[in-house]
Amino acid sequence: MIALLLRDLKLAFRAGGGFGLGLAFFLIVTVLVPFSVGPQSSLLSTIAPGVLWLGALLACLLSLDRLLALDWEDGSLDLLATAPLPLEAVVSIKALAHWITTGLPLVLAAPFLGVLLNLPVPGFFWLVISLLVGTPAMSVIGTFGAALTVGLKRGGLLLSLLVLPLYVPTLIFGAEVARRGATGMETQTPLLMLAGITAATIALLPFASAAVLRINLR
Amino acid sequence: MSIAAKANTLWEYANPRKFLATSERVLPFFWMTSFVCLVVGLIWGFFFTPDDYKQGSTVKIIYLHVPAALMAINCWLMMLATSLVWLVRRHHVSALAARAAAPIGIVMTLIALATGAIWGQPMWGTWWAWDPRLTAFLILFLFYLGYVALWEAIEDSDTAADLTSVLCLVGSVFALLSRYAVNFWNQGLHQGASVMRAAAVTGADTEEKVSNIYFYPLLVCIIGFVLLFIALVLYRTGTEIRARRIKALLARERLNG
Amino acid sequence: MIPDLGKYADAVLWSYAASLGLLIALVALSVMRGRKVRAEMEKLEHRMSRNG
Repeated sequence: MIALLLRDLKLAFRAGGGFGLGLAFFLIVTVLVPFSVGPQSSLLSTIAPGVLWLGALLACLLSLDRLLALDWEDGSLDLLATAPLPLEAVVSIKALAHWITTGLPLVLAAPFLGVLLNLPVPGFFWLVISLLVGTPAMSVIGTFGAALTVGLKRGGLLLSLLVLPLYVPTLIFGAEVARRGATGMETQTPLLMLAGITAATIALLPFASAAVLRINLR
Repeated sequence: MSIAAKANTLWEYANPRKFLATSERVLPFFWMTSFVCLVVGLIWGFFFTPDDYKQGSTVKIIYLHVPAALMAINCWLMMLATSLVWLVRRHHVSALAARAAAPIGIVMTLIALATGAIWGQPMWGTWWAWDPRLTAFLILFLFYLGYVALWEAIEDSDTAADLTSVLCLVGSVFALLSRYAVNFWNQGLHQGASVMRAAAVTGADTEEKVSNIYFYPLLVCIIGFVLLFIALVLYRTGTEIRARRIKALLARERLNG
Repeated sequence: MIPDLGKYADAVLWSYAASLGLLIALVALSVMRGRKVRAEMEKLEHRMSRNG
């Protein structure tokens, strides 16, 4: 299992694309927001938590179609399916690798981008916490979407259409935590809900992803 | 695994054929009754009910809005049920019925959203408000779109049926989750307004408050929508079965040269 | 003929028009596709039965 994780990480680093691209996308989205809504710092600091969450979510989405596609094309997915490791574990590892290469850098980059958007000081802590709790769910859900569309020629757009509605609960609670944190309100309830969603998706969704992958590999 | 070889076994064939024969027999009944119910209910509601003292004549929109909203949700539930049947029993008609129902659900959701917006304009002073109920319907609409898009994208019909069924199951859980998330989200923002609005849009609320004058034509309309939904699902499932058979026949023809 | 709808006439009429339009479009599209597919299948079955 660890070997598979290391292999995926190594591939992601070597390919470079997905790794840096997500971060660059996140940066660009954040930079474009003041251009579209105007430079008033009060407005920016109001919308900063939501914008950063949305940017992280879209950056996460960007690298999803490469999550399984490469292994599908060179046939290593077929090998993995027949390996002694259950497919549920394989997709979990894949999701973990995606989180380490995409989710974690986004979490670490978010505070710096928060500076650009005048995020209020107490908001930084809650933004990082909420992203840290929320991004694993986005990787796991994304893996499900990637497994659904893996065999398709132009799966990328369809993947977004399928995955984005599934991101709604995570986005709502995650952005709510960040927003409440930034304005100094209590954050316990949405944070618990966010953690609950993440825990439930990590526990249950790999079964669906594996089932879907088996159908696609048939 | 060729479709033709699979379709040749008796069990696979018998049920779709029986379905076609039966639906052919009962379809005229459903078309007729749904038409009659809709005409009676809508004319009754439109011409022979008084205006509401608060909402004025816009209360007449309820005869379209409430049945469409009901059917939008019931349609998804039906797709969920048929998806389960397909996953467990591998019953082709079931998967095709889910496929046939999805566009109906889209149209019902659209009607509910459109009539809601048109009603909201004079009543709330805005076409759209991010009220939990409205938002939940918009999300449901997105789920329908994704579901239909996945069906359209996949060539092999059995694979498509499997994948969309799993998507329907997972999507149902997430749709429900979104419903509660959205509730939480807007109450957290502006408490007072959303309670008032939610009460105003709830079918239950209007049904309880509004007297029988409005309720009976509404009931007729709901029955009409249900019958129309059944008729459409039966008819469209028949179409999907025939389309699948065409595919099978063509594949067999190619196999024989 | 049409009852007095007061100042909300636009809203009521538009929602009826939009809804009925959508419903009719749905039924029409369903029936059109159904007819086409059925004709195609019958043609195909006819050809298959002739050729064995």
